[in-house]
Amino acid sequence: MSVQLAISRKRAATTEPELVRRLLIGTAFAFLVTFVCAPLAVVFVNAFREGAGKYLAAIREPDSVSAIQLTLLTAVIVVPLNLVFGLAAAWAIAKFRLRARNLLVSLIDLPFSVSPVIAGLLFVLLFGRQGFLGPWLSAHDIRVIFAPPGIVLATLFVTLPLVAREVLAVMEAQGSAEEEAALSLGASGWQTYFRVTLPKIKWGVLYGVVLCNARSMGEFGAVSVVSGHIRGVTTTLPLQAEILYNQYELSGAFAVASLLTLLALVTLLTKKYVETRSNGP
Amino acid sequence: MSVRFHNVTKRFTLAGTPAVSDVSFEAPRGAVTAILGPSGAGKSTVLRLAAGLEFPDSGSISIDGVDCSDVPIQKRGIGLVFQNYALFRHMTVRENIAFGLKVRRMPRREVADRVTELLGVVQLEGLGDRYPGQLSGGQQQRVAFARALAVQPKVLLLDEPFGALDVRVRRELREWLDEFHAETGVTTLLVTHDQSDALELAEHVVVMFDGRVAQAGPPHEIYDHPETPQVASFVGGANLLTARVRSGSVKLDSISVPAPAAAEGDLVQVFVRPHDVELRRPSAESPDVSLALVERLKRIGGYVRVSLLLRGGENLTVESSMREFELLAVGPGDRVLVDLKAAKLFALERPH
Repeated sequence: MSVQLAISRKRAATTEPELVRRLLIGTAFAFLVTFVCAPLAVVFVNAFREGAGKYLAAIREPDSVSAIQLTLLTAVIVVPLNLVFGLAAAWAIAKFRLRARNLLVSLIDLPFSVSPVIAGLLFVLLFGRQGFLGPWLSAHDIRVIFAPPGIVLATLFVTLPLVAREVLAVMEAQGSAEEEAALSLGASGWQTYFRVTLPKIKWGVLYGVVLCNARSMGEFGAVSVVSGHIRGVTTTLPLQAEILYNQYELSGAFAVASLLTLLALVTLLTKKYVETRSNGP
Repeated sequence: MSVRFHNVTKRFTLAGTPAVSDVSFEAPRGAVTAILGPSGAGKSTVLRLAAGLEFPDSGSISIDGVDCSDVPIQKRGIGLVFQNYALFRHMTVRENIAFGLKVRRMPRREVADRVTELLGVVQLEGLGDRYPGQLSGGQQQRVAFARALAVQPKVLLLDEPFGALDVRVRRELREWLDEFHAETGVTTLLVTHDQSDALELAEHVVVMFDGRVAQAGPPHEIYDHPETPQVASFVGGANLLTARVRSGSVKLDSISVPAPAAAEGDLVQVFVRPHDVELRRPSAESPDVSLALVERLKRIGGYVRVSLLLRGGENLTVESSMREFELLAVGPGDRVLVDLKAAKLFALERPH
């Protein structure tokens, strides 16, 4: 049996010689270990270096708690807004023969092509004290920049394409024949959307939401510019990790970082789950 | 419930050629009307216009004498069946069929009864709780038919309904549709690129090319009396030969076809159906030179396709039943006498 297997493998036209195969697999593996597995391990090893007690203490520290709270608040505001925007934008683009279709898709993609730091600066220039809307805002005693609203706005900007892109891709791949059938059977536009379109695209939506959530919690550049790094007030988890690291509080920095790493792992698993489900029946 | 198109034009891009251009036809009440044409002829657009999925730029569409050019799809009383079934994949077969009834707020009990009845009509009893993904293509298309029929449409619109099915299933479903239509007599518009769909199912055929209606009429009329060379070659397949008119007739090899309408010296196209040619054994007195040479034989099931080379260098494909051909007893390299039973002439431009 094993002999036969070996022979048939050698006979397959697409199979490379033994040496090439090992070299390719080895290279890929080495890269993966060096650039993904090792850093991941380092985060947890460093976080727990001084024991679980120190780890928990670092997380329970008031500044860290407030960073966790701000991060969660940001995600709770940003993700639903992006969900609504993403569904609406994808629907409009996929459904209608818009003449401005390409322009619209490019606009949605814009936050991906703008450096996050520039994105943050845009908000400072718009809402900052010297900015375009600054005088009006300070006259009404509204703080946007160096305050949580600025962090939410900057995060909203950088995560804008995530849900819309995912949903649009799924909608365009599935076409509109089912919707047309539903309409011909007498369903109204809303009935068609909720009974046919949404169930059809739900895995795409979920995937987009997972990605959006991960990015909104992990965003650094744009948030860093608008935050002002006021400890306990305007620091999110990534900013808190940086602050601690700069102060040589390594175990604290890595403890906070480990939370973000866990988030990444959960995201990855959810993503994997969604992918297998959406390929199934 | 006839469907009538009156000078309908539809373009999808401002500058481009219209997808449907000045189309007029009538699909008679209670009949199956086939819209036949190659891909890109605009036939699907005609169906989508009839359905209310698209709206005409100019012209009008009426169903049962009432102009419905601006009536939304939900209110047209149509049932749609697509080539790729377009079933709701997250719903069971029963839920699919019930969809149209549920959005009409029919009582639950009545919906269940109606769905059971329809499962019987499309011969899918016992498969009601499956999902579309668990059914074969033919079964899925039957579900699509049941779903469309559930809302008792005035007009059934079918867009290449057999296009994605393999030959055997295709024939089965075609026979089912034929029987179903004979029983119910629901007005049906069938879009197809397959002439056998059109010739077998339809009582009325509209042939389309390049967004225009080339010819409309009963299928035998179109088959026997095509009005343009395009229709002649698309419907039924034909040999196309070019010849010049000499003293009131066209000579092809030893055959002469009368050409009363053409002037002397005109170039004409001669269309000959492959089975409108009779082959005979040469008799002793017929001179060898006037005979056609058998180049190739190809046996296809119960008939034989014979490729002949005429004396003038033209090729002629002939189809004959296996039985007749065996009586002839000729093979490649032999010569045969050719007799045209029917041919159709189309004038080309006159030489200047």
